[in-house]
Amino acid sequence: MAVLDSKVPDGPLENKWTKYKSTVPLVSPANKRNLEVIVVGSGLAGSSAAATLAELGYKVKVFCYQDSARRAHSIAAQGGINAAKNYQNDGDSVYRLFYDTIKGGDYRSREANVYRLAEVSASIIDQCVAQGVPFAREYGGMLSNRSFGGTQVQRTFYAAGQTGQQLLLGAYSALMRQVGMGTVKMFSRHEMLDIVVIDGKCRGIIARDLVTGKLERHFGHAVLLCTGGYSNVYFLSTNAMGCNVTAAWKAHKKGAFFGNPCFTQIHPTCIPVSGEHQSKLTLMSESLRNDGRIWVPKKKEDAEAIRKGLKKASQIPEEDRDYYLERRYPAFGNLVPRDVASRAAKERCDAGYGVNATGEAVFLDFTYNTKRYGTIEANKRGLTNISDEEIMALGREVIKEKYGNLFDMYKQITGVDPYEEPMQIYPAVHYTMGGLWVDYNLMTTIPGLYALGEANFSDHGANRLGASALMQGLADGYFIIPYTIGAYLSNEIKTKPIPTDATEFNEAEKQVKERIERFFSIKGTHPVDHFHKRLGKIMWDKCGMARNAEGLQWAIQEIRKLREEFWKDVRVPGDPYCLNPELEKAGRVADFLELGELMCIDALHRNESCGGHFREEYQTPDGEALRDDANFSYVAAWENKGDTWELHKEELRFENIKIAQRSYK
Amino acid sequence: MSKVASKSVSSYLFKSSVGKKAIMALSGLFLITFLIVHVGINSLVLLNDGGKTFSEWAHFMGTNPLIRILEIGLVAGFLIHIIDGFLLWKENHDARPVKYAVSNANANSKWYSRSMGLLGTLILLFLIVHTAHFWIPNRANQFATGEELDLYNLMKEAFSKWYNVLIYVAGCFSLFWHLLHGFKSAFQTLGLNHVKYNKLIEIAGIAFSIVVPTLFAIIPIVFYLNIIK
Amino acid sequence: MKVTLKVWRQKNKEDKGRFETYHLDDVSPDMSFLEMFDVLNEKLILEGKEPVAFDHDCREGICGMCSMYINGRPHGPLQGVTTCQLHMRSFKDGDTIVVEPWRAKPFPVIKDLVVDRSAFDRIIAAGGFISVNTGNAQDANSIPVRKEDADMAFAAATCIGCGACVAACKNASAMLFVAAKVSQFALLPQGQPERYTRVLNMVAQMDAEGFGNCTNTGACEAECPKGISITNIARLNRDYLKAALI
Ligand SMILES: Cc1cc2nc3c(=O)[nH]c(=O)nc-3n(C[C@H](O)[C@H](O)[C@H](O)COP(=O)(O)OP(=O)(O)OC[C@H]3O[C@@H](n4cnc5c(N)ncnc54)[C@H](O)[C@@H]3O)c2cc1C
Ligand code: HEM
Ligand code: HEM
Ligand code: SF4
Ligand code: F3S
Ligand code: FES
Repeated sequence: MAVLDSKVPDGPLENKWTKYKSTVPLVSPANKRNLEVIVVGSGLAGSSAAATLAELGYKVKVFCYQDSARRAHSIAAQGGINAAKNYQNDGDSVYRLFYDTIKGGDYRSREANVYRLAEVSASIIDQCVAQGVPFAREYGGMLSNRSFGGTQVQRTFYAAGQTGQQLLLGAYSALMRQVGMGTVKMFSRHEMLDIVVIDGKCRGIIARDLVTGKLERHFGHAVLLCTGGYSNVYFLSTNAMGCNVTAAWKAHKKGAFFGNPCFTQIHPTCIPVSGEHQSKLTLMSESLRNDGRIWVPKKKEDAEAIRKGLKKASQIPEEDRDYYLERRYPAFGNLVPRDVASRAAKERCDAGYGVNATGEAVFLDFTYNTKRYGTIEANKRGLTNISDEEIMALGREVIKEKYGNLFDMYKQITGVDPYEEPMQIYPAVHYTMGGLWVDYNLMTTIPGLYALGEANFSDHGANRLGASALMQGLADGYFIIPYTIGAYLSNEIKTKPIPTDATEFNEAEKQVKERIERFFSIKGTHPVDHFHKRLGKIMWDKCGMARNAEGLQWAIQEIRKLREEFWKDVRVPGDPYCLNPELEKAGRVADFLELGELMCIDALHRNESCGGHFREEYQTPDGEALRDDANFSYVAAWENKGDTWELHKEELRFENIKIAQRSYK
Repeated sequence: MSKVASKSVSSYLFKSSVGKKAIMALSGLFLITFLIVHVGINSLVLLNDGGKTFSEWAHFMGTNPLIRILEIGLVAGFLIHIIDGFLLWKENHDARPVKYAVSNANANSKWYSRSMGLLGTLILLFLIVHTAHFWIPNRANQFATGEELDLYNLMKEAFSKWYNVLIYVAGCFSLFWHLLHGFKSAFQTLGLNHVKYNKLIEIAGIAFSIVVPTLFAIIPIVFYLNIIK
Repeated sequence: MKVTLKVWRQKNKEDKGRFETYHLDDVSPDMSFLEMFDVLNEKLILEGKEPVAFDHDCREGICGMCSMYINGRPHGPLQGVTTCQLHMRSFKDGDTIVVEPWRAKPFPVIKDLVVDRSAFDRIIAAGGFISVNTGNAQDANSIPVRKEDADMAFAAATCIGCGACVAACKNASAMLFVAAKVSQFALLPQGQPERYTRVLNMVAQMDAEGFGNCTNTGACEAECPKGISITNIARLNRDYLKAALI
């Protein structure tokens, strides 16, 4: 088993990055002009990296599959972005953010990276504000903060429920500025379908122009994959329809190790599945748990009656309701971390207390706090002697002010008015902590190939805290890669651009082409979605919120069978030389069908429960996750060997933090 | 941001979309001021004094050198408004070469706001008829003989015919719709927009669009009905 | 429920295109409009026909990719809602639904319901930014911003770049989209240094793309899924005239 070199600089934790920055080799401006960098992905990570590298003088090409860089799925992030600014004077610091992130990640992330992330977090906010990102403000004109799960300070910056949108538009505007100046060339509606490795170094990509269907070859001295997460392996997730693992997977197949593939985050508050036709799931912001109480009926008969539509939530008397989070976790109540809340919901539904037609939903009820706010409001206005109805009406105004847009969205999707009846929610796949393994420089195991943002495995361990993914994406792009890439490119200044008719380019393109032709040649009987849905169901049932060895073994077999069936029976209509969304989907699902297997293998090998990875065999008597630090305090980095994988371990050492059992009771 | 070429004022005004629109608005507002004067003097007819006051003013307007000069401005104003309007209409038309098969535009905008070109053209047609009645013969006569025509009796005569009355009333309707959108639109185009004053502009626009065309329209009607002698 | 769909089909930019009629018998009112199209496409694939190409990605109303002109209105019959958030319960059993792509010269059809909106990107590249290189920024709280201004800037910044404003406008004008970006920066202190060059550059690019002129009909505001206000257009006009004349 090869030892992975994380290339973490020596020295005390607090000095590592500062020292690194002042000693890393630089590339002179004249040389930068001759160095070409390919950035795949235009989300927070990709846009920020591309803009910054272009500002520095590199020649940059950016690729994304959407019609505009601005549509990357970072756009959908709602809640906020963390930064250790301590503007609230509530005791926040770089160390505290570092500590919260490591603990939140259940001690499965690399100390040095996380510390660096916390260190640069403050600059992100500065940069974004300078770009004109309209964060929420107080009346005095200063920035406003809110708090998020898993922390005790207010360090989350936000722009209503559209923080990701505003941050991405900021990064996008920086990117477009460079496009306008000619330093970045933008390739939208392009999908990267392979990387090109020459003499052991990544030197370019093969991309398909999604409009003409033509395959293109692009050379780069370095390639940055900023291609987001792979939650869509579950078919249903809060990700966009096009989110995929393809870029990362192709790199994996060419030698990049895949880190902790089984670490997925399941978000507790999503709108439940309503039927067979469902194509994706919609997140309801975590912030709702501040004022919503989660419950299911205490009596099975009641649950059944609700499922059949014979009873309404409001008809269940208070004493027949089970506020199970408040019951199980009195200290944190409805605000336990995501993984804990999700599992608890599953536990109740599996036990037969679920409340919608599918039996997979719990209530998120605002009645109590509506009333509470109503009373406060009535007192404020000096209203005495008013009816309950009037109190509720006052309370509803407060709720509306806080969550109006979410309530509207809920009503739009479900057709039910959440001001009248409690929301129904259920956990859904949301984020993948796993991804391409990278070292301190964000370089994968293929020299010259980097992974940024959600596409890498790095900073969140086994569970990500809310509002930390946006922080990581922008940290990687604005403040880390511009330095760390110098370490590599300073040795490449003599490398002349490699002509794209080199054999390696030919070979890579040929493989891509053959695969595309193969899709069309099958002419099977089922469309791509059919296989994707089946894969999703296997993954959700066996490698979702709770996993066990038997289930995972079964899943691995099933996925293999499904993959075989896919390659025999899929039907891809149309032809390759035009816009063909079915072909795009086929390519992505084919990769998911391989990734799914690796995820199950990883989940099966990790004989412990930690963060989002819950193995039913490893739990405390009262059902909490049981970590095994003696045996599993490592990053599992998988090397692809054709049809199998080899495990490499990066041991995690915690020198600045004391490992403890996470407890939210 | 380096690209900005310091172009000349005229190129900003005549070549850019926003500039062309500003010219439209300015000429429109200028025509509005003309309408105020015009309707003011015309309304003197309603004094029912056999056209005495009206004719005094008409004489003043017809002979005062300053007004004579302003008239050139007025003609220019009309021409600019019409030409610019046509250019905009053409560009806007070309911006959508393939039309929608089904369009439910009434769900999102008022028909008259979408029909400014049509309404303007109707006004133009009206103006052709209208100037043929008064302005052209009068100026022609002035040019030939130095004498003004008796506009009051000219009006009396014209408005004794039902079809002329109809044309005028229809013209006033077109003007009403044109102004109903045009008045506030001009302010929006010029960026003269402020939460505190928007309502005021809107109300003034509606009032103006109703009052002015109504006053205009009453005249041919009262002549026709012999209410005014 | 049952619906009849009349969908614009066009192979590519050059093709003339035509409507095709499809019948769906088993539509659930809980389906989103795009899920209904998924069902249609599955049916077409199984019948050996080409599925309908349409743009979409996030399916939660934020990416701005979805873009269907439904029964004569961009994003369909509801206000403040994108196509992907429209649900079949907004239609009646037996309805005939006509679906067309956005129509505008600067938005050429690529295929079926998919149009090319890269003109928007070029407008942003012409000036829709604040020129600040990474690392140049001062502490975020050293620039206080009036809350009212921040809120208004935010409201303008929520534009998702979907192009419904262009699609709705009888002149295919992009003024609402451009004005939203111009306003966002005009309202913030950070945006002041480039305020007037920005508006000149962005309008120049907008014109070069071939969008029509705004005649203040307000259709864009009424159809904008994010409710962007046309007061932003007035602000653009004001800034432009100031920049051009003064
Ligand atoms: C609904 C939702 C809400 C969230 N809320 C929050 C929050 O409040 N706070 C928080 O911190 N995090 C949140 N997250 C997580 C966070 O938004 C993401 O992790 C983060 O934005 C990912 O950014 P990224 O740049 O890595 O990738 P993305 O933004 O996903 O970008 C991926 C890019 O890669 C491109 N791409 C992908 N594959 C290819 C290919 N093969 N070829 C070419 N291009 C390709 C895409 O076009 C896209 O441009 C949320 C996530 C979701 C789904
Ligand atoms: C001679 C015939 C006329 C024609 C062909 C004409 C045409 C037009 C057109 C095409 C517009 C278009 C732009 C828009 O839709 O906003 C317009 C606007 C306008 N017109 Fe006219 N018009 C005529 C007469 C008048 C008259 C007589 C007046 C007033 C007295 C007037 C006042 C206005 C105003 C105020 C606007 C609004 C400008 C803006 O939108 O910014 N027009 N006209
Ligand atoms: C319906 C009632 C109207 C009456 C009775 C009327 C009457 C007249 C008369 C008598 C003149 C001749 C003035 C002269 O020769 O000096 C005139 C001129 C003119 N009218 Fe009217 N008018 C009417 C409505 C309108 C309307 C609605 C418009 C515009 C939209 C209009 C535009 C003009 C113009 C442009 C001239 C020539 C300008 C000038 O005199 O310098 N009129 N009108
Ligand atoms: S202004 Fe509104 S309609 Fe226009 S692109 Fe932006 S969000 Fe879409
Ligand atoms: S619809 Fe068009 S006319 Fe102006 S106000 Fe909107 S751009
Ligand atoms: S698909 Fe993203 S807004 Fe509709």
